[in-house]
Amino acid sequence: MGYTLSKEQFETLVNRLSEQYQVFAPVKFVGGNTFTDVDVIRYDQVKNPEEIVLDQKSDYSFKEVLLPLSETLFYYTEEQTKEADIPRGEAVVFLRSCEMHAVKVLDDIYLNNKFEDYYYKRLRDKIKFIVIACPESFDSCFCVDMGTNKPEGQDMIIEQQGDQFLVVNENPQWEAYFEGYAKVDQAPSYAKENKVKVHIPENLNPNIAKSSIWEEYDTRCIACGRCNFVCPTCTCFTMQDILYSDNGKAGERRRVQASCMVDGFTDVAGGGSYRKKFGERMRFKMMHKVYDFRKRFGYNMCVGCGRCDDVCPEYISFSANINKLEEGMKEVGEEHA
Amino acid sequence: MRNEYIPFISEITEVIKHTDIEYTFRMTYEGDVRPGQFFEVSLPKYGEAPISVSGIGDGTVDLTIRKVGHVTGEIFENYVGDKLFLRGPYGNGFDVDDYKGKEILVVAGGTGLSPVRGVVDYFATHQSEAKSLTLIAGFKSPNDILFFEDIARWKQHAQVILTVDCAEGDTDCHIGLVTQFIPDIKIENMDEAVAVVVGPPIMMRFSVMGLLDLGLKEENIWISQERKMCCGIGKCGHCKIGESYVCIDGPVYRYPEGKLLID
Ligand code: SF4
Ligand code: SF4
Ligand code: FES
Repeated sequence: MGYTLSKEQFETLVNRLSEQYQVFAPVKFVGGNTFTDVDVIRYDQVKNPEEIVLDQKSDYSFKEVLLPLSETLFYYTEEQTKEADIPRGEAVVFLRSCEMHAVKVLDDIYLNNKFEDYYYKRLRDKIKFIVIACPESFDSCFCVDMGTNKPEGQDMIIEQQGDQFLVVNENPQWEAYFEGYAKVDQAPSYAKENKVKVHIPENLNPNIAKSSIWEEYDTRCIACGRCNFVCPTCTCFTMQDILYSDNGKAGERRRVQASCMVDGFTDVAGGGSYRKKFGERMRFKMMHKVYDFRKRFGYNMCVGCGRCDDVCPEYISFSANINKLEEGMKEVGEEHA
Repeated sequence: MRNEYIPFISEITEVIKHTDIEYTFRMTYEGDVRPGQFFEVSLPKYGEAPISVSGIGDGTVDLTIRKVGHVTGEIFENYVGDKLFLRGPYGNGFDVDDYKGKEILVVAGGTGLSPVRGVVDYFATHQSEAKSLTLIAGFKSPNDILFFEDIARWKQHAQVILTVDCAEGDTDCHIGLVTQFIPDIKIENMDEAVAVVVGPPIMMRFSVMGLLDLGLKEENIWISQERKMCCGIGKCGHCKIGESYVCIDGPVYRYPEGKLLID
């Protein structure tokens, strides 16, 4: 059961949410791209409901609200440590169906992979999700084939329909926001078809490492890592110690987002490193997204958002790469040796 | 819930210098720990380094640190402060129960001896719990030998083959690679004999091949993988190989699982 809200009523809703929550949503930064002066859509705390970008896919995903680009873990002196305060309070984040599925991936890594992550949990416990429905797919999305086109687990779904908004509330505590609004018996839309289709071969296995399909990436990929930074399910980080002054003894330890495509990711003390070739890194990332994670948690990590394809400066397409896996398996055979 | 990222302070009770670049730090620690597990050792402002447990004492753990990286270098220079920050222990480690009552063969290369030192020491002191114990340990040169005194002690209760690319005329050491000595090992019960192999990747690969040629069963061989452990708790992704996280599923693997891990 949903409600139909006018644009003003929708804005009132966002404003009322803002009284209780910090509201995060995709926002347009004019000339805000680090590499060029084109606009970039990324997440920020919304001050005015009009800022929320509802008709385009964000270039960066919502994940920064749960896994900040750089997060202080604790402060130290030579004798003591002090835990960093939580960087925000109760929050609401606007995201899309595929990203709602990405939340599950983040939860499995950060809450269910043997240890619970203290810093993730404290942010996760204070977050609510509002799905922006996708009546139509964007160009590079392949959510249908990845099974992420229908949202699950959110608190609310909104769909812009011309001047109006269809709002389906799934959080009983939020019912009060809708008193006096007209109910409609309408379900929100979701993307039923994508232009991009992918097929993950059933016989895929780690043998694919021997295939020649990775070779082209040795030269095409420049190991910039942008595909990881935009990905809603890439969650790796590196620890970093910051010293407040050169002679001082106080500082802080942070974790900062890291990329398996960038040099240094696997360096071990003493100079060893694994996956020196960029094609090997591509294979490592690919296998995590469509195989390794599934072996561990039962479903695929990639949610088909297409952001990696959108961002790559070398026009490398992850979805096209998925579709080469079948050829690759034919080439190497299934026998695992 | 526990905040795993915040380290605790541990006192350095003793520093044992093996070589110019390898010291064992004996650290205070109360709690369960197994050989082959590791701690994240940190020096504020330089960061953390994963260091495997090379010995377990009463209220202490030994951490053998090799001065090779930024953090470990600083620990060497600055440990005078008599304490270090630690968190852990992490990883699965070795379970000595897996080896009890069997012929045990340990093949270690260089610092690879650290994680298995506890296993060797256990069976060298509890001789009745193993049918036999053989250690093949290889080092680059006589100056690189670790745990020299332990090795001398183990020799009384175990067959120890110490190999180095050593100086001519030194009669107490074999020259050559650890793998050379594997074919000569006498095993009575091939179906039961167990082996533990730890060291640089190439050394592990050839040692395992040698053990399989000798007749050992794949599932009776254990290896320990070295990776860039950063968080130690299955979050940061640095140690992931295939579907496995070395920091939580490893670093110790039975060979049939370990061999399937492709970097
Ligand atoms: S695939 Fe593209 S975005 Fe990713 S690292 Fe390579 S060049 Fe950068
Ligand atoms: S791998 Fe690419 S398509 Fe898949 S979730 Fe990450 S950014 Fe989206
Ligand atoms: S060391 Fe971070 S995931 Fe294993």
